[in-house]
Amino acid sequence: MNSTIPTTTQPKAGSTPVARLEVQGLAKTYGHGPKSVEVIKDLTFSIHAGEVVCIVGPSGVGKTTLLKCLAGLQPSSGGTMKIDGHQVSGPPAEMALVFQDYSRSLMPWLTVEKNLLLPLRHLHLPAAEVRTRIEEALNEVGLSHAAKRYPWQLSGGMQQRVAIARALAYRPEILIMDEPFASVDAQTRFDLEDLCLKIRDELGMTILLVTHDIDEAVYLSDRIVAIGNKPAQVLEVLPVDLPQPRNQITSRALPEFSGLRTKVLSLIRQSES
Amino acid sequence: MKRHLFNLALAITAPFVLILAWFKASSQSTNAFFPPLSDILVRFADLWIFEHFVSDIIPSMRNLIIGFALAAVLGVVIGFILATVPVLRVLFEPSLHLLRGIPPVALVPILITLVGFTDQMRISSIVIAAVFPTLIATMDGIKAVDASLKDVCTVYRLDRKDRLLSVYLPSASPQIAAGMQVSLLVAFIVMIASEMMGTAQGIGAMTLLAQQTFMAADMWAGILLLGLIGFLSNVLFDLVKNRALSWYIGSKKMEKVS
Repeated sequence: MNSTIPTTTQPKAGSTPVARLEVQGLAKTYGHGPKSVEVIKDLTFSIHAGEVVCIVGPSGVGKTTLLKCLAGLQPSSGGTMKIDGHQVSGPPAEMALVFQDYSRSLMPWLTVEKNLLLPLRHLHLPAAEVRTRIEEALNEVGLSHAAKRYPWQLSGGMQQRVAIARALAYRPEILIMDEPFASVDAQTRFDLEDLCLKIRDELGMTILLVTHDIDEAVYLSDRIVAIGNKPAQVLEVLPVDLPQPRNQITSRALPEFSGLRTKVLSLIRQSES
Repeated sequence: MKRHLFNLALAITAPFVLILAWFKASSQSTNAFFPPLSDILVRFADLWIFEHFVSDIIPSMRNLIIGFALAAVLGVVIGFILATVPVLRVLFEPSLHLLRGIPPVALVPILITLVGFTDQMRISSIVIAAVFPTLIATMDGIKAVDASLKDVCTVYRLDRKDRLLSVYLPSASPQIAAGMQVSLLVAFIVMIASEMMGTAQGIGAMTLLAQQTFMAADMWAGILLLGLIGFLSNVLFDLVKNRALSWYIGSKKMEKVS
């Protein structure tokens, strides 16, 4: 499917890639004094434009806290975050977030297209542009036929597509996803993973995805940021050099795939013991 | 589906059977306080359909509608402001819960002293009594807005207007509607109560007068009319509510299925 959505900056072949998102020494502590809990100790990583990066870690390691800090939903206790070299604080305009629980992140009183419209209203765009953005975003996720329906009339996988379309219509520089496929069935999960890669390929979107599923991380990523320990810190950043485009059947059957999976899993296991 | 139809038939026939039983049982009655239903129905038709429709039913209904409408609007507006402005909430919430503890009908004598025996008195007592259920429900509804919807508002940087009017208010609307339904009931009670003091006009006044002059059939006819108005206003409210909240009813149904 060809899309007319203008691409955000593609990584230029040959030139040194500029970090689109740069996180330096991010820390988060809840509370003060002796009762305080340190959740994130020191996270440093960067994502280049057009890259898919997965953050993998065991449950309870503070992945959601990390995302909330990145998305400006919670203040961090230390460290800096830069988008295209500019330091940001608060919810960055260049970022859209796809939540894990689609049923609680879409507005049930709005139709699919009105759900997409809601975040665009305060941008005061020309009406024609709003319409094209919504049409193209729905087209991208294959839901043009469902524009007038309500989210609760759709299946779980379709609802998550609506949430992704809402993020796309917002035209962010960086798309952040918080375990986006955790509550859909396995088959739908494969489809949504491929949708995610398609969005990157067609729109040049930079995607940061948080997951506890190591297979998913290996399949999707250009690089994996494995985090572990309590408080959370980066264990290792692993490049994933599986050939592109990825394919659910062949990519997962490659010996490199299982090699990487073993490596990430043992890293996380080690940090837990 | 068959079961559904059967239930519907049952719901429609049961009241008729009850009325028929009342009709049969009372047909030979000589008790002055429990006249035959046939007499009551004759009086009902004489009194309410012709004679007193304009002079009594219309003023009562007008007070009820104006009073309820004002209470509903004020309840939503005040509740919304209190729920979204933290300083005001801290200041007024405790006294609010004290105020709403006062039985609504107890306000009528105070208002008679303050405003006198006028329609303004009757409407204001309806408003004062009926505002609380809607107000409290609105506050609770806004407070209960899902945290993840709030996160969506923050991530997509919605401005205050969109956040409050396009997310918080619709999200709270099922609870607001439930509050309004209670307000309607309270408004109805206070409408009748306010007519039982210091006036000769209105359904409440007519019914009380009939009781005091031992016109049992007239009194029963008044009670029958009140029951009918209460029932029909609730049916009307449900119709409007189900239309306005069709998204809510639909999503709840889907939740049950899955």
